[in-house]
Amino acid sequence: MPAPIRLRELIRTIRTARTQAEEREMIQKECAAIRSSFREEDNTYRCRNVAKLLYMHMLGYPAHFGQLECLKLIASQKFTDKRIGYLGAMLLLDERQDVHLLMTNCIKNDLNHSTQYVQGLALCTLGCMGSSEMCRDLAGEVEKLLKTSNSYLRKKAALCAVHVIRKVPELMEMFLPATKNLLSEKNHGVLHTSVVLLTEMCERSPDMLLHFRKLVPQLVRILKNLIMSGYSPEHDVSGISDPFLQVRILRLLRILGRSDDDSSEAMNDILAQVATNTETSKNVGNAILYETVLTIMDIKSESGLRVLAINILGRFLLNNDKNIRYVALTSLLKTVQTDHNAVQRHRSTIVDCLKDLDVSIKRRAMELSFALVNGNNIRGMMKELLYFLDSCDPEFKADCASGVFLAAEKYAPSKRWHIDTIMRVLTTAGSYVRDDSVPNLIQLITNSVEMHAYTVQRLYKALLDDISQQPLVQVSSWCIGEYGDLLVSGQCEEEEPIQVTEDEVLDVLEGLLVSNLSTPVTRGYSLTAIMKLSTRFSSINRIKKVVSIYGSSIDVELQQRAVEYNALFKKYDHMRPALLERMPIMEKTASNVHTMFFGGYVWYYFFTLNCAFLSLAIPPMTAYSKNGLKIEFTFERANPNPNIAVITIHATNTTEADMTEFVFQAAVPKVSHDLSVTFVLEWPSQSPDLNPIENLWRELKVRVAQQQPQNITALEEICMEEWAKIPATVCENFVKTYRKCLTSVIDNIYRNFWTIKRT
Amino acid sequence: TVWIRFILIQNRAGKTRLAKWYMQFDDDEKQKLIEEVHAVVTVRDAKHTNFVEFRNFKIIYRRYAGLYFCICVDVTDNNLAYLEGIHNFVEVLNEYFHNVCELDLVFNFYKVYTVVDEMFLAGEIRETSQTKVLKQLLMLQSLE
Repeated sequence: MPAPIRLRELIRTIRTARTQAEEREMIQKECAAIRSSFREEDNTYRCRNVAKLLYMHMLGYPAHFGQLECLKLIASQKFTDKRIGYLGAMLLLDERQDVHLLMTNCIKNDLNHSTQYVQGLALCTLGCMGSSEMCRDLAGEVEKLLKTSNSYLRKKAALCAVHVIRKVPELMEMFLPATKNLLSEKNHGVLHTSVVLLTEMCERSPDMLLHFRKLVPQLVRILKNLIMSGYSPEHDVSGISDPFLQVRILRLLRILGRSDDDSSEAMNDILAQVATNTETSKNVGNAILYETVLTIMDIKSESGLRVLAINILGRFLLNNDKNIRYVALTSLLKTVQTDHNAVQRHRSTIVDCLKDLDVSIKRRAMELSFALVNGNNIRGMMKELLYFLDSCDPEFKADCASGVFLAAEKYAPSKRWHIDTIMRVLTTAGSYVRDDSVPNLIQLITNSVEMHAYTVQRLYKALLDDISQQPLVQVSSWCIGEYGDLLVSGQCEEEEPIQVTEDEVLDVLEGLLVSNLSTPVTRGYSLTAIMKLSTRFSSINRIKKVVSIYGSSIDVELQQRAVEYNALFKKYDHMRPALLERMPIMEKTASNVHTMFFGGYVWYYFFTLNCAFLSLAIPPMTAYSKNGLKIEFTFERANPNPNIAVITIHATNTTEADMTEFVFQAAVPKVSHDLSVTFVLEWPSQSPDLNPIENLWRELKVRVAQQQPQNITALEEICMEEWAKIPATVCENFVKTYRKCLTSVIDNIYRNFWTIKRT
Repeated sequence: TVWIRFILIQNRAGKTRLAKWYMQFDDDEKQKLIEEVHAVVTVRDAKHTNFVEFRNFKIIYRRYAGLYFCICVDVTDNNLAYLEGIHNFVEVLNEYFHNVCELDLVFNFYKVYTVVDEMFLAGEIRETSQTKVLKQLLMLQSLE
């Protein structure tokens, strides 16, 4: 059997493959060769073969048949074997397979090996992929090594212990004695890993945290020495002495100082010292400063220190390095609530970051900007943010628009400014505005009574320019519907009133109905607006015509509306003015208006429900009163959810006779016309059937089912048989219970209700 | 607690030169992660920061010639410190392989793992002194 090819050669060969298929072929060939070599239990070349296998595994090919071979290598006495074996174990085995447990003994032996490099391999492997069981078995060995004087091993043991604790937190106690003198080490590596170990223990256990708090002075001293000490070539990075250790110590101090006044005070000075003395020309210095800032913000530091920290972040914002600007913005975002005033001082720098090229920086700058808006800076800030809205990427527009609306609502210096701002958003980013903005805006406009004329005029002019942005079009339609009379009578005070006739307005609204750019929702708005104008304009005939045309629209929703509006003209003209009158001021909590259409087979009905009205109570309404049957509706707001309107129906029979064939039907279309409204109709259950014959059919069904007919002919025969068999007493019973049946149906209808939920 | 979840070295084409995992993943999951990281990182250029949000974590990465060095850490970890960590590691590789290039990492892949294991353990930075690490690496080499 020729010797298996060397690793280098294999790699070289595979790299010559020109296609994926060629590569796969080579790999398969080699794997086959390796497999046979494994079968021969060849010790000499096992290492080489496993190394090759690992290389192929890295390319993405399966290599699990080599797992046991790795174990054999680990058990070998040769260092080269062990080294590849352990590497293989780390790459090919994982703790979910039982195979890895076979390693435990080998690792145990190697942890006690005479050569530190073998011990090192074992510690490394255990620390990277040791399962909970392995950790339990071997924790004792790790603990022993933690106390050794060999610094090479101590470092590895410390981090291995970290892994053990992560896997099996209960074992933490075991390592406590060994930690006693860790911090008095001179060796930086040991110091570093010890700090990591202590950090892990403190984060996981409040008891440990309390126990280690007493180390704060020692940590402070170590940090101080690091800063003050001269040049130390081994750990120097760009003139800073062991920055990695500094960062870890700062982090440990953070954990120890959190929610503890004394510890926090003990570290105040050193934190200030690090903050002011660290060289900031390179990233490494800034890394330390950043960790310092994080610590200052997290512990109970005095206010002067906090301001210092925020100023560091402010300086970061001016740094050329975008990484540093990024971390500054991230941190400022976290502290803007607690240290609002200090962060305000850096507002202009933050606003400048809106123009940054990196998307994640822009996003953070935007969020931070919104957090900083207040009554004093609203005008200036809004200018910047609107400019940002104009030019930013589409992914930001929705959030930015929502942010602008919120800020404007909170801090608008005047109603006119507020409406102008909204207009600006709708016209520049109208298609990105969220769906729920439309009802909110409508409410805002409704409540700004003195601005109605101005608003409708501006919105009308915007419509003349552009009808493609649906939220703008919807709000405009709604406005024109409500305040169209103000528009044509030229009542605007805020700016030069425009001259526009009723016909021109109707042209625009009808234009929306036919335009391809309008969505079905928008069309609904337009039609309703046109309808409302029937009580505000004099050109009723034109409106009637439009409404009747749309009575045969293909769009079902539009058709339904048109039909109902038609009916309003024809049969309920006396109700029309009341129904279509101006919307009252709405409460802040109830922001939606629904229009509900209600139809039954006995009558047609519609009424407008305004949540604000519910508290004033819509008076009860008699829907039907004829021949002794009276149907009444009462309305109230649900408790506790005021967004649900509860309509109760009372049906009473004042005649002597029983009423049969009482069937109540409610047709409640899926109305999402005006403002994201859907209805849920719940018919009360437990309403017994009102036709006695149904009971008889049921009886027959049960009897026939018991006979289990196998085909149609059998079914027919059995039906006839069983029908004849039903005794007269059964029928008598049905008749006797009928009155009770009817009463309970009426009771049900009386007691139950439809729950109409607005969503 | 926060620690490194994995370290990856990939080239622009997506080939993995090193994958060190400090968290349990299936082979499939590992492959998926490798592909995702590659996709997320190669689409960025000089005007982006060296940090990118990745699932519930974040990736700190730096590009050296045709290779991307990526470290996946917790969202709350110190980005700038890990950038230094990456650079430290790369400088050691450079020194050890005498002006390292991608082929060195290919033909000596098991040695690259040794370097990683000398500098990181259990998802934490273990030894940061370049001189010490190089000394240890030479010792290990002499045992072969």
